[in-house]
Amino acid sequence: MSLAHEAPLNAWDEPFPGANYLRQTFAVAEADIRKLIHDPVELFTRMVQPVLWLLIFGQVFNRARAIPTGGISYLDFISPGILAQSVLFGAIFYGISLIWERDLGIVQKFLVSPAPRSTLVLGRAISSTARSLCQMVFVYLIAFLLHVQLRFGIFDLAGVVAAVMLGSAIFSTFSLIVACLVKSRERFMGIGQVLTMPLFFASNAIYPISLMPAWLRAVSRVNPLSYQVDALRTLMIVGGSSVFGITRDFLMLLAAFVVVVVVATKLYPSIVT
Amino acid sequence: MENAPVANTNAIEVLSLTRRFGALVAVDHLKFSCAPGATFGLLGPNGAGKSTLIKMLTTLLPPSEGTAKIAGFDLVQHPEAVRRKIGYVSQMLSADGDLTGYENLLISAKLHGIPRAERARRMAQALEFMDLAHVSGKRVRQYSGGMIRRLEIAQSMLHRPSVLFMDEPSVGLDPSAKRSVWERIRELRREFGTTILLTTHDMEEADQLCDTVAVMHRGVLAAMDTPAVLKAQVGPAATLDDVFIHFTGATISEGGELRDVARTRSTTQRLG
Repeated sequence: MSLAHEAPLNAWDEPFPGANYLRQTFAVAEADIRKLIHDPVELFTRMVQPVLWLLIFGQVFNRARAIPTGGISYLDFISPGILAQSVLFGAIFYGISLIWERDLGIVQKFLVSPAPRSTLVLGRAISSTARSLCQMVFVYLIAFLLHVQLRFGIFDLAGVVAAVMLGSAIFSTFSLIVACLVKSRERFMGIGQVLTMPLFFASNAIYPISLMPAWLRAVSRVNPLSYQVDALRTLMIVGGSSVFGITRDFLMLLAAFVVVVVVATKLYPSIVT
Repeated sequence: MENAPVANTNAIEVLSLTRRFGALVAVDHLKFSCAPGATFGLLGPNGAGKSTLIKMLTTLLPPSEGTAKIAGFDLVQHPEAVRRKIGYVSQMLSADGDLTGYENLLISAKLHGIPRAERARRMAQALEFMDLAHVSGKRVRQYSGGMIRRLEIAQSMLHRPSVLFMDEPSVGLDPSAKRSVWERIRELRREFGTTILLTTHDMEEADQLCDTVAVMHRGVLAAMDTPAVLKAQVGPAATLDDVFIHFTGATISEGGELRDVARTRSTTQRLG
């Protein structure tokens, strides 16, 4: 082994500024995605819940016609909500992997590397979005089989992809924050259960905001899930319309993403102390 | 204050480093230094503050007071610069069992910002050097304890750190795996001139690998010298075990946090 010709680390030319930052961010995501490819069982178990909601809950309420949905069928109305829910439920428990990997010593190794803390947070958000896109494909498939009136325009689909990815990135990063605060698996599971249902019910996922009492309406307006569902309902369903306005939806989602990333970056190193 | 020239010539310069957890002082105004290329062994009972010290030196835990310079960089003021200069092999088996050996190296190389062309060369070299090339496509959970340790050492050396921290590198390994890990550590030192700071409960390991040994007890260094001098101080036929007991007044099974012991046990169990 001769190292006489080995270049020092800082002598390497980067193709463009920030190349190393991106390399590090995607390395964090790659570790997780490679694990998912080795063992994709998790993706399949995640498919059960949206099937139940669309097939049972959606079909039954579709007949009841109890909820005003603005001219579209109830099944059409909740399909975007169930997509958002499936992404939320997948992302909200994502932080437990941080606690798990902390216990194994993997997080420590990442933190001792020169990768900036924000790359460790963003990398995990990216791997969460990869999972969410698999869920999106699946929910589209069930919705299609149930004759939901889907839109397949290229811009509609691009918008849905963006809204799904943003939602997944927001809630998985939020989940990292929770993990950094509670630090143990047991407490995390407890908190996760407590958070999920309120986030879901205090949103427009399965009923319109107009049906809510005033206090709940106020809560749902600060819930990122509502903006995600609103954007999805506009872009995914024929005849779907936006309550907040699509621009506002995306601005709110982006703002929420920036906030959770900043907070998670700040808290991330504390997971090992 | 310490003189600047001294601080610059040492690979590790610990300057009154202190860490408190509530009322407990885990590391108490610690001062020592380590010359470039030397191997420094840190002994001490569980709960002596060794792991807290390593966490601070690797920038995982901020000190309550004082600082240290690693490869000339102050770890309080420039933790990012320190992280570029160090490697870390933790006490836990931190290679990712759900990834292959190759993938573990790949992720480490990318995190350390090693570009593609250089990456391939260094990874191939590391796999060969650590005798892991034939299993690089297998998932690490199928590796033996010795193979995992060698992989971790390879991971920690990809970016050629000038200082390598190893927390109990041979804990739980069988004698032959232990020897093969020791041989690799010696070769790294020869090949790269890496400064190594390791903690251990294994007195033979300290004797075999270390130029300098320090005995840590209740957050301070109770003794520090070459293994030969320490043994001579304690008695004519003394071993490092005797040195340990002499300076800590305890056997290694006493004291320590439950968590430390539990972690070591679980590492040992995972090694099978």
